[in-house]
Amino acid sequence: MGNFIKVVVFSLVVIWLYVVFSANYIPPITPAPPPKEEVLDLSEMTMDDFLALGEKIYDGKGTCTLCHNPVMKRAPLLERTAVVAKERLKDPRYRGKAKTVKEYLYESLVDPSAYVAKGYGVTGTNDTVSPMPDVSKGAIGLNEVELWAVVAYMQKLAGVDITVEIPRGEAVAATEEKKEEKEEPARTPQAVLEKYGCSACHKMTEEGMDPGLGPDLSKIGAKRDKEYLRRAIVDPNAEITEGFSPMMPDTYKDQMTAGELELLVEYMAGQK
Amino acid sequence: MQPILRSKRALLLLALTGLVVLFMLMVPAGDGYVLHRTDGLVYAGGGGGGGSEAVSSEGAEAGKVEYPPAPKLKESDYPTISGINSRVFVWLVAQLHLWFAAFVLAVPIFVFIIEAIGMATKDERYDKMAYEFIKVSITAYSITAIFGGLLAISLMVFYPDFMKYLTLIFGDSFIWYALIFFAESACLYIYYYGWNAMKHGFRKWMHLTIGFLLNGVGTTLMLFANAWVTFMMSPEGVDASGVFGGNMWEAIHNHLWNPINLHRFIANVAYGGSVVGAYAAYKFLSATTEEEKAHYDWMGYTANFIAIAALLPLPFAGYWLTAEIYAYSQQMGITLMGGVFAWLFIVQAVLIGALFLSANYYLWCGMERSEGAYRYTPYIKYIGFVIVVCFLVWFTPHTMILTPSELKALGGQYHPILGPLGIMPAKNTAVNIMIIFTFLSFLLYRRANKIPTVSWASFGNGVQIGIFTAAMVNIMILGVYYGYFTNTVYKVASSVPQVVATLMVIVAGVVIDVFMYRGAKEVGPLKWGKMPERSQYALFLLAVSFTWLMGLMGFIRSAIRQHWHVYTVMRDNSVDAFTPTIGYAAKVVSVGTIIFMAIVIFIFWLSHLSGKKQTEYQR
Ligand code: HEC
Ligand code: HEC
Ligand code: HEM
Repeated sequence: MGNFIKVVVFSLVVIWLYVVFSANYIPPITPAPPPKEEVLDLSEMTMDDFLALGEKIYDGKGTCTLCHNPVMKRAPLLERTAVVAKERLKDPRYRGKAKTVKEYLYESLVDPSAYVAKGYGVTGTNDTVSPMPDVSKGAIGLNEVELWAVVAYMQKLAGVDITVEIPRGEAVAATEEKKEEKEEPARTPQAVLEKYGCSACHKMTEEGMDPGLGPDLSKIGAKRDKEYLRRAIVDPNAEITEGFSPMMPDTYKDQMTAGELELLVEYMAGQK
Repeated sequence: MQPILRSKRALLLLALTGLVVLFMLMVPAGDGYVLHRTDGLVYAGGGGGGGSEAVSSEGAEAGKVEYPPAPKLKESDYPTISGINSRVFVWLVAQLHLWFAAFVLAVPIFVFIIEAIGMATKDERYDKMAYEFIKVSITAYSITAIFGGLLAISLMVFYPDFMKYLTLIFGDSFIWYALIFFAESACLYIYYYGWNAMKHGFRKWMHLTIGFLLNGVGTTLMLFANAWVTFMMSPEGVDASGVFGGNMWEAIHNHLWNPINLHRFIANVAYGGSVVGAYAAYKFLSATTEEEKAHYDWMGYTANFIAIAALLPLPFAGYWLTAEIYAYSQQMGITLMGGVFAWLFIVQAVLIGALFLSANYYLWCGMERSEGAYRYTPYIKYIGFVIVVCFLVWFTPHTMILTPSELKALGGQYHPILGPLGIMPAKNTAVNIMIIFTFLSFLLYRRANKIPTVSWASFGNGVQIGIFTAAMVNIMILGVYYGYFTNTVYKVASSVPQVVATLMVIVAGVVIDVFMYRGAKEVGPLKWGKMPERSQYALFLLAVSFTWLMGLMGFIRSAIRQHWHVYTVMRDNSVDAFTPTIGYAAKVVSVGTIIFMAIVIFIFWLSHLSGKKQTEYQR
């Protein structure tokens, strides 16, 4: 028993030392929280706000400084990119479609391989493929407004005239997405129908009126199975019901939660 | 079959495992679950079978199945149970499953090796030890399965939509997994319970073959699980929005699959060795007779030997894995080595340093077993010194970039003096030298009790020293040249010649040694059991550090996906999507380690209990 206790105490002490080391010796860094979709009120936004947004994305969500920093030398510094962009456009190695500086900067973000800065290409590709990801997609996933905000910020960094305009129109998408994120998911099939306004086009119940834009769904469960119904919502244009035009929105797959979709499908399948 | 029926405990275990297997089969195949799975599929016509109505549409390609994109979840899509932190719960269960799985996969690997050695050398001790090991792994096996089942349930409870998505892609492999698991159980039980019935002649060969099968099946099982894990890190076979292309092999054979397969395989062997070493150490400490002491000393030595042999190539497999992570996504690679996790690798370095030092320390203590070793004791302090220096270089923080905004606040500065030691070539150099010196410890240990009789002994020695020196110079020059005088962005590839030099030393060293010490004269008999008690604590240190290290690396593996369930494809929108601090992770890992250790102690106690009964019965 004596040995047993000795061994257990020894092991616990070792573990304790590791914890003390990890929790107290190395600097306590709180990793940045996952990026959030910003609420953008673009109608009110001034250029200063817009640049501030760009800077925030540049340091945060865009993770630009992860690669573009003076320490690791894994990517060129961006302080002068807006200045050298003019030369880049004339370079024979340039393969993009941009005509102006702001277009070049934008293109660098969404199609990094259009021009690959010398020495920074993926090893073995002779600077034809950029290791930089398309920042409008994948893990970074900036939207249109955010991309232009970053471009504007890069122009500010370089101290050149800011030629980017605040994109008032397109931004709505980003704002709307945010609004929805705050909404609670619907808990009943009726609430789902109401939330997504299905009855604007469909007759949904026996008593309901028929707007006539889409097929009558009040007895749909007798005709279609769940698989079909699910697809009809997620990908409405996969098949078009005879006698109707393909006008049902195909955006529900992005808007609905998995739970809502399930509720809806269950409900419709039961409408016989 | 007789012994199986006789042992009640065996029946109990069989029943238990059977239940778990049944459960695992039911889960993916059963109610609700697979329902969702096929429901989730959208048949673009021509599917045949179930969705016949859908077939009617015109122009659809026959037999083509279309899959939905990865779902976009909201915080409220994640079920919660008050009082339970779902992330920590799943985390601990997954890690415990991994620990046991590693142990259960590793033990049969070296039981097989030891059994084969026993057959070749006709040394009964090996066979006895192999049997003792496998006995330990059999209870651990049921526990692995229990944690596996628990993991499956808790994932479905807490992350249902994520599991549905994975099932959509990997559903078929879940069923294979369960079947293979069943096959592994069968092999293991036959291997264990048939041990004494198949002890001699041709039957022994059959037994060894079953051992081989057991390992084949076990490794296959691991490959499946690795596929799911690596798919989450480097998804392939799906498009940017997560729509599955229908080819499961692509998803399995994703970019990081093989690097992780290799790293885990080797790490598991080393890990199994370390746990068995701890078992032997405990038995050694509580042994009452000289005989027992000798047996467990020898067992501890063998287990430690296996652990070190697997430890030596591990850093290389680790660097390959890292290189592949960079190749897959530079962003993920930098997040791993240059971002917040840079500090985590300092903790990793401490742990690995502890592993190397304790393994070496054990070897040095082991020299007391032989009289001839006194010749070598003066050198030990130099070896120790070199290993500590290498450890410190490895320990020196890599690029100290924190988060992008912190970097900005710091103005991009990192440690001005230690900076040069913090870069990759310096670390590569340190690791290689550390490995070579550990090998040197081992060589000294090996020859401690022997005096070569071959005529070319001094020449052989000279050659060894020559190779050793040349390799060291080579490694240093390469490290310095790549590290400080070329202007290229450093490449992990620059370490290849260093690795080659290290491997050369090991291979050449062993080959020369084997020939040189053929028919060597023994200085005195090896005194197994003549080990100081403190040496046994090195074995405990090894096992505890290894367990903790595995937990830590499990955290890193999963944390570098950041706020993604499936990197870039399916976002984690739960409240727990944030990356915790290292201190927090260390605490969770420690709790896991303690639970694991407690269960392991319980297992050893069980096997001790059954051993007791047997002897009483025989009397
Ligand atoms: C994974 C690392 C990585 C990340 C993250 C990254 N970049 Fe890059 N970037 C590179 C590399 C490497 C190059 C050089 C190769 C090239 O020209 O495409 C580059 C090139 C560029 C260029 C063109 C430079 C020139 O001289 O033409 C711009 C502009 C740029 N990045 C902006 C950004 C912005 C803004 C972000 C954040 C939204 C960002 N990058 C994020 C690695 C990265
Ligand atoms: C803008 C009008 C519009 C809205 C809003 C709309 N739909 Fe539709 N829907 C249509 C049209 C038009 C069709 C027939 C063409 C087609 O198949 O795409 C249709 C077809 C369908 C079908 C297939 C019926 C069949 O018999 O093949 C289903 C099911 C359906 N809609 C469900 C829904 C649900 C549920 C909602 C709310 C989430 C919804 N729709 C919202 C216009 C609409
Ligand atoms: C002597 C050196 C090393 C040891 C002892 C070691 C040990 C381990 C162990 C025990 C695991 C857990 C395996 C499992 O869960 O099955 C692991 C995983 C991992 N290691 Fe290493 N490792 C070493 C070197 C490295 C290096 C140098 C790197 C990278 C810089 C690295 C990166 C990783 C990663 C990312 C994982 C997670 C993968 C997984 O969960 O399987 N390792 N390592």
